[in-house]
Amino acid sequence: MLQVLRWQIGIVAELVQETPRVASLVLDVPDWPGHDAGQHVDVRLTADDGYQAERSYSIASAPEDHRVAITVERLEDGEVSPYLVGEVRAGDKVELRGPIGGYFVWKGSDERPLLLVAGGSGIVPLMAMIRHRAATGSKTPTRLLYSSRSLEDVIYREELDRLASAGDGLTVAHTLTRKQPEGWAGYSRRIDTAMLAEVAWPKAQMPIVYVCGPTPLVEGVASLLVDMGYDPASIKTERFGPTGG
Amino acid sequence: MTVQQSDLKLDGNAIGGLLREIFTMEMTAAIGTCAHCGTLHAVGEVEVYMNAPGVVVRCPSCGEVQMKVVRGRGKYWLDLSGVRCLEFAGG
Repeated sequence: MLQVLRWQIGIVAELVQETPRVASLVLDVPDWPGHDAGQHVDVRLTADDGYQAERSYSIASAPEDHRVAITVERLEDGEVSPYLVGEVRAGDKVELRGPIGGYFVWKGSDERPLLLVAGGSGIVPLMAMIRHRAATGSKTPTRLLYSSRSLEDVIYREELDRLASAGDGLTVAHTLTRKQPEGWAGYSRRIDTAMLAEVAWPKAQMPIVYVCGPTPLVEGVASLLVDMGYDPASIKTERFGPTGG
Repeated sequence: MTVQQSDLKLDGNAIGGLLREIFTMEMTAAIGTCAHCGTLHAVGEVEVYMNAPGVVVRCPSCGEVQMKVVRGRGKYWLDLSGVRCLEFAGG
């Protein structure tokens, strides 16, 4: 039975600086009801004068983790993210409610191969799916195509490398759209049909597809996949704003 | 009232929390029938514009307005005239 969605307090147990502009907040949330990979929480900040600002952040942690992690990109003109990335310290309290969402979720019981396409911090809900897959020992064939501006901007890079090297059916392809290190062997352009044709499961295998990132990337990738003949009903999308606020 | 974040296009996932306040149910997986073109879409798929002072939801197929939600001063204003039917799990 679904519970009434209430604002509750999470306590910051740990902070992980993922990239120069992105940090994960690992939260202890008493009475957390559990979540599905792909869901999000709403975070609310209240100023001394009562002014409130509210943002949604995808949950990064697997449902199996006993703590709830969110990963936040700092936007210099944002109202909430500069506080969450830069001001918050371990032990601080954060007001949140969740988990929220039932459309952009992967429960792991689906046997179809998984195609995950991420742009920037759009990796976060997909990482929850990858972590869920690893935590449950799932062998679901999974391919991740992850677009970042530069290698320094790749979130969860070491963990993705490690999980992909386990040889249990996860492969990770990166594209770096603005800056590539010397000798870069991955892609170095925006996601296009040729790239999807190389990375995506053949449509005959009827993959289930999750695309998350900035709105132009999500809409571009979804329409390319539909043009390539993938079933629109098997493509789930989640758009980020400019990237969250 | 709560200040929303962006005048750019998002999708129905972004209003999962707001809709939970109103319907008390998980609504992003709900299937809505567009009153304008009759197409069925999950609420997670619809186009959402979060310009103040409210939320405008448009059909991804025909672009017409399906819902408007305004929250403030302790009240909600909910216009569902662009949705013929909403089907969701519960009960």
